[in-house]
Amino acid sequence: MSSRRTSAFVTAALAASAIAAHVTTAAPPEASATAADPVARGRYLVKVMVCNDCHTPWHMGPNGPEPDMSRELSGHPEGVAVTAPPALGGAWQWAGAGTNTAFAGPWGVSFTANLTPDPETGLGRWTPETFVAAIRSGRHEGQGRPILPPMPWPMYRNASDEDLRAIFAYLQSIPKVRNRVPQPIDPPAAN
Amino acid sequence: MLPARARRPALAALAFAAAAAAAGASSLATEPAEPRAPQRLSETGLYGPDGRLAATVERFVPQYPLWTDGARKSRFVQLPPGARIDVSDVDAWRFPTGTKVWKEFAWGERKVETRFIWKATDDGWVFATYVWNDAQTEAVLAPEAGLRNAHEIAPGKRHSIPAVDDCLACHGLAPSPVLGFSALQLSDDRDPLAPHAEPLPPGALTLRALVAQDRLRPRRPEWATTPPRIRERDPVARAALGYLSANCGGCHNDRGPLARLGLVLLHDVARDGERDAPEPARATAVGAAGRYVMPGLAPDDSRLVAPGDPGRSALLHRLGSRRPSSQMPPLGSVVADAEAVALVRAWIASLPVAHASR
Ligand code: HEC
Ligand code: HEC
Ligand code: HEC
Repeated sequence: MSSRRTSAFVTAALAASAIAAHVTTAAPPEASATAADPVARGRYLVKVMVCNDCHTPWHMGPNGPEPDMSRELSGHPEGVAVTAPPALGGAWQWAGAGTNTAFAGPWGVSFTANLTPDPETGLGRWTPETFVAAIRSGRHEGQGRPILPPMPWPMYRNASDEDLRAIFAYLQSIPKVRNRVPQPIDPPAAN
Repeated sequence: MLPARARRPALAALAFAAAAAAAGASSLATEPAEPRAPQRLSETGLYGPDGRLAATVERFVPQYPLWTDGARKSRFVQLPPGARIDVSDVDAWRFPTGTKVWKEFAWGERKVETRFIWKATDDGWVFATYVWNDAQTEAVLAPEAGLRNAHEIAPGKRHSIPAVDDCLACHGLAPSPVLGFSALQLSDDRDPLAPHAEPLPPGALTLRALVAQDRLRPRRPEWATTPPRIRERDPVARAALGYLSANCGGCHNDRGPLARLGLVLLHDVARDGERDAPEPARATAVGAAGRYVMPGLAPDDSRLVAPGDPGRSALLHRLGSRRPSSQMPPLGSVVADAEAVALVRAWIASLPVAHASR
């Protein structure tokens, strides 16, 4: 219900833009999109695998928190400074920022990546192989440090090569957003 | 579970090895009957029936070894009889189908794992590692996901058996999936300052032996007379860049996906004959800003290598760090290589500040 309202609002606000479709619930996603059109298939997968929940910064709209689709999939906004994590303990082991793009926990602080094709700050210089390697191995840029929680790569790695390539094809087709996401902050215990 | 998933590594290596393979790679997943690593090390052909090294297996020692927390390593290769290595691309050797290479890791006298790579088909390599039993009589295929913290190597520090994906992070995207059996690594002009250099056992294969035994195509007789070496006159610079080429160049080269970073640490034998060709590391790291910013520095002050200023050199910082977000290499060791840190620091300190591009 509330998600329907949110969608309606976003759709109205961005009526002229094709990206509005990403959050609309009125039109069912094109579940039938197949490998014949990898970008359409990728758009569908990105929608149902909720990449926007974490990779699009949330802001407070008139109807409550919602993803700011003008910054679709551009990751943690560089202007939003996140410093020391809040004190956690007991049942509360991790916390998320209001943007839903920064997460503090035993792993330190992680910031969601810019998934737009901007070459300097996003995935513009990645190849499909880099993307598949990153999701499958859980390694930063496919070859580097472990990718931190809560990025659900341990689940996504079960996707087929074809689907992962379709997701990447779609991500390369969305508007570039220049946004330099900060490096993660190590947990205090690391040496 | 293992057999079904063990197919992927070989395929992945194949996809990566052919840099141009791009989109076609995924269709290979439907090909039948991928070869698999045997369950036991004794079934890989490393040993003969008497338990000694098989007669067809030879030893080799790369002049710049990979740092693995002080492990003692032994390496073995088996090239199919009569087959030759295609060295037409001097920086990306192509091995004959059937080639097998092993690397044994020991701490003290305790053998811990033996890693194995095998060119099982014309275009695919199998990656596997075998974990030694306590009796040291046999080693068994490790799970594809590896074994975390398998062996204590120092108080509070434990060695993890790598996952197959970890093998591929280092081996799968390099110009050749074989990293230590290369022109620079086997050169007979061995670097006396190479950190953790291992002595050559009698009969070990070197470049000169490969040329003399006519096992390369083309023959490359020049490698016997002027063996490849790091193009630096200063011995400290030579050793530092040799170390970086071997320990970092598998990922940081200009052919694999990390070429996009612009940081090239892999030595290029192809340019050895050129007068005054700079080492790639010197050309791409010294004075360069890089993307990673040293903790505590403003982006404008941080350099990959700041000439004369180790404290502003991100490359040195990452080499010496074992914090997960910054350590380099990003996997494969839990203790920083103090000898290499000292060597690279000395090299950076020796660089004339005038080169700084600020
Ligand atoms: C629950 C939150 C969450 C969801 C859902 C999520 N991500 Fe992430 N993602 C993250 C975080 C946090 C990071 C940063 C991790 C780090 O820096 O190690 C990240 C990083 C990434 C990276 C960069 C990996 C690298 O090399 O460092 C990619 C690519 C990525 N996500 C793609 C996706 C895609 C595609 C989807 C949807 C299919 C998705 N993510 C869904 C939280 C999420
Ligand atoms: C941190 C990067 C790294 C990881 C992870 C890694 N290797 Fe290597 N490996 C190297 C380097 C560099 C060399 C060459 C230098 C040396 O032997 O000291 C090498 C050498 C070898 C050799 C000898 C043949 C050659 O390429 O020179 C074998 C066999 C081998 N590795 C197998 C494996 C297997 C199997 C795995 C996974 C279980 C693995 N390696 C994981 C970097 C790595
Ligand atoms: C297994 C692959 C791998 C190996 C081996 C490796 N690196 Fe890296 N390196 C990466 C990846 C991936 C990145 C990009 C992501 C990051 O910065 O963490 C990177 C980034 C870097 C950067 C930052 C580059 C920039 O533009 O800011 C430096 C410096 C670096 N590595 C140094 C080294 C050194 C020194 C070694 C060897 C001691 C090494 N690396 C070995 C994978 C590797």
